[in-house]
Amino acid sequence: MISRFERSMNYVVLGVFAILILGPLVNIVTQSLGAPIGTSGGIHPENFVTAWEQGQFSKYLLNSVLVTVVVVGLSLVTSVLGGYALGTMRFPGSGAIFYVFLLGIMVPTEAIIVPLFFDLRALGLTDTVWGVALPQVAMSTAFGVYWMRTYFRSSNRAVSEAARIDGAGTLRTLWFVQLPIARPAIITLVVLLFLWTWNDFLTPLVMSPRGTMRTAPLGLAFFTGQHTTDTTLLAAAAILVALPVAIVYLFLQRHFIRGMIDGAVKD
Amino acid sequence: MRTAPVLNQHDESSRTAQRGARRSAQAAQGYGLATPYLLLLPAIVVYACFMLFPLGRAVQLSLYDWNGLTVGVWAGFDNYLRLATDGELRAAFGHALVLIVFYCVIPIVLGLIIAAILNRAKVKGLGFFRTIYFLPQVIALVVAATAWRSIWGLDGSLNAVLKAIGLGGLAQDWLGSYTLALPAVGVIGTWLEIGLVMVLLLAGMGRIPHELYEAARLDGAGAVREFFSVTLPSVRGEIAVAATLTIVAALKNFDLVYMTTHGGPGGTTSVPSYEVYNQAFMVKQVGLASAIGVTLTLLIFIINLIVNRVADKVTS
Repeated sequence: MISRFERSMNYVVLGVFAILILGPLVNIVTQSLGAPIGTSGGIHPENFVTAWEQGQFSKYLLNSVLVTVVVVGLSLVTSVLGGYALGTMRFPGSGAIFYVFLLGIMVPTEAIIVPLFFDLRALGLTDTVWGVALPQVAMSTAFGVYWMRTYFRSSNRAVSEAARIDGAGTLRTLWFVQLPIARPAIITLVVLLFLWTWNDFLTPLVMSPRGTMRTAPLGLAFFTGQHTTDTTLLAAAAILVALPVAIVYLFLQRHFIRGMIDGAVKD
Repeated sequence: MRTAPVLNQHDESSRTAQRGARRSAQAAQGYGLATPYLLLLPAIVVYACFMLFPLGRAVQLSLYDWNGLTVGVWAGFDNYLRLATDGELRAAFGHALVLIVFYCVIPIVLGLIIAAILNRAKVKGLGFFRTIYFLPQVIALVVAATAWRSIWGLDGSLNAVLKAIGLGGLAQDWLGSYTLALPAVGVIGTWLEIGLVMVLLLAGMGRIPHELYEAARLDGAGAVREFFSVTLPSVRGEIAVAATLTIVAALKNFDLVYMTTHGGPGGTTSVPSYEVYNQAFMVKQVGLASAIGVTLTLLIFIINLIVNRVADKVTS
C-alpha cells in the first residue's frame, strides 16, 4: 500500500523540482534589486527605472504592443473564418487545404526569414510594423486555422443548423451563434498567439535591420550588448520584458497549459 | 514556426464516404458553393504570401550562389554539397544532435522516473506545481538566456557557489569554454523542457486505469516491473508528443545561442538555426543560408513523421 511516508516524499520530490526550475528566475529577480556598480548594498528598486530609461524600453514595449495587436488581431480573423469553413463545411479540396496549413505549422521561422527579408526589403516593408507582423500573421494563421478547425469539428452543429433554418446567413450564424460558445477555445488561441508574438526574436531582429521596429526582447538583447558588466540593470531589463507575459500567465495559466498541450496532442 | 501538432492519418477517413451527401448537405445547411472558399480567402492569401511563397523562394535561393547584393549565380546543388562536406557546417548539425540529448533525451528519462514515482501516490495540489514547471515555456528565450548567463558567467552564481564551498579551482567562464560551452547551453535546454515533459507525462500516467496496476500486483510485479509492463507502454503517446516538441525546440534554438554564445567559442556551439542567420547576414552567403534553412525544415518534417509512425505502431 502507499504509505504516508511515500506520500510526503512525493511532495519533497515536487518541491525540489520546483526549486530547480524557479532557481534561475529567482536569481535574476534578486539581482535586479541588488546594488548596481558604484553603489553600496541594500535593495535598489530604482534599477528598474534606470533600465527602463537607459534601455529605451518605453519605445520597445510600445513596438511590442503594436506588433502583438496587429498579429493577434489579424490572425484571429483569418483563423476563425478559415477554421469555421474547414471545421463545419464539406467542399472539394478541403482536405488538401487543411494539410497545407498543417505543414506550415512545422516550418521553422529560420527557413523563410532569409527570403522574406530580401523580398520585403525590395518592397520597402522592412523596418515597418507590416514587415515584422505579416510573416508572424502567416505563421499564426497556420496554427490558428488548425486550432479553430479542431474546435468547430467538435462543436455542437445542431445549434448552427437551427440558426440556419431560422434564416441566418453563414456570417451571422458564426458571429451570433458560434462565437459566443467558442469563447474558451478563442481565449486559448489569443493567449498562445500573444505569447508567441511577444516572445518572438528572430522575426523582428531580421525584419527591422535599422532597429526602428525593435520589440522588447530585441531591446533586451541590445541592452545586453551595452551593459554586459552591470548585471543588476540587465536583470531588471530582463524582468521588464518578461513581466507582461508573466502577469497574463498567472491569470490565464489554464489556457497556456491547455493550449500548448492540446495544440500538440489533439486530433 | 509556432508549435508542432502531431499529425493523425485517420483524421479524414470518414470524409470521402460523405462526399455524395455533400451537395444536399450544402443545400440543407444553407450556404453557397463559394462560401467556404470565401471564408478561407483571408487565411489563404496571407499564408500564401508570407509562408508558402518565401518557402518556395528559400528552395530557389538555395540553388544559387548569392551575396545578397549582386546578381546571383546558378549553383545547382553546390550549397547542399557544402553542407555535407564542410567540416564546420557538419559540426553545426552535430552540435544540434548533442543538444537533442539535453533537450529531449534527458528530460524524458528524468521525467519518466519522477512522474512514475509521483504517480504511485496521488498527490493533491499538482496544479500549483504544474504552474511552476511550465514557467520556462512561457518566459521569452531571451530572458531565460539572460537568467542563465548570470549563472554561467565568470562573476556568475555558479562560480560564487563553487568558491563558497572551497571548489574555487573549478570556477571558470563556462560559456567561454571550448569543451563546456555546448553542455552549458544544453543544460539551459534541459531546464526549458523538463517541466513541459513532466506535465505531459503526469497527465498521461494519471489516465492509466487503476485496474492495470492491481492486475500487475496480483501477478507479483514489483515497482520496477510495474513501470516497464504497465506505465511505460501506457504513456507511449505522451512520450511521442514530448519527443516531437523537445526535438523541434532543440533544432530552433536561435534565440538562446544568439544570446549566450553567438555560436562560439571557435564555433563550438554553432547550430543550424544560428548558421542560417550567420551565413545570410554576417558571412553574406545567402544561398548557403537558404540551403541550411531548407535542410532544417526537412529534418523537422522527417522527425515528425518518424516519431508519429513509431507512436502509431506501438499504440495499434
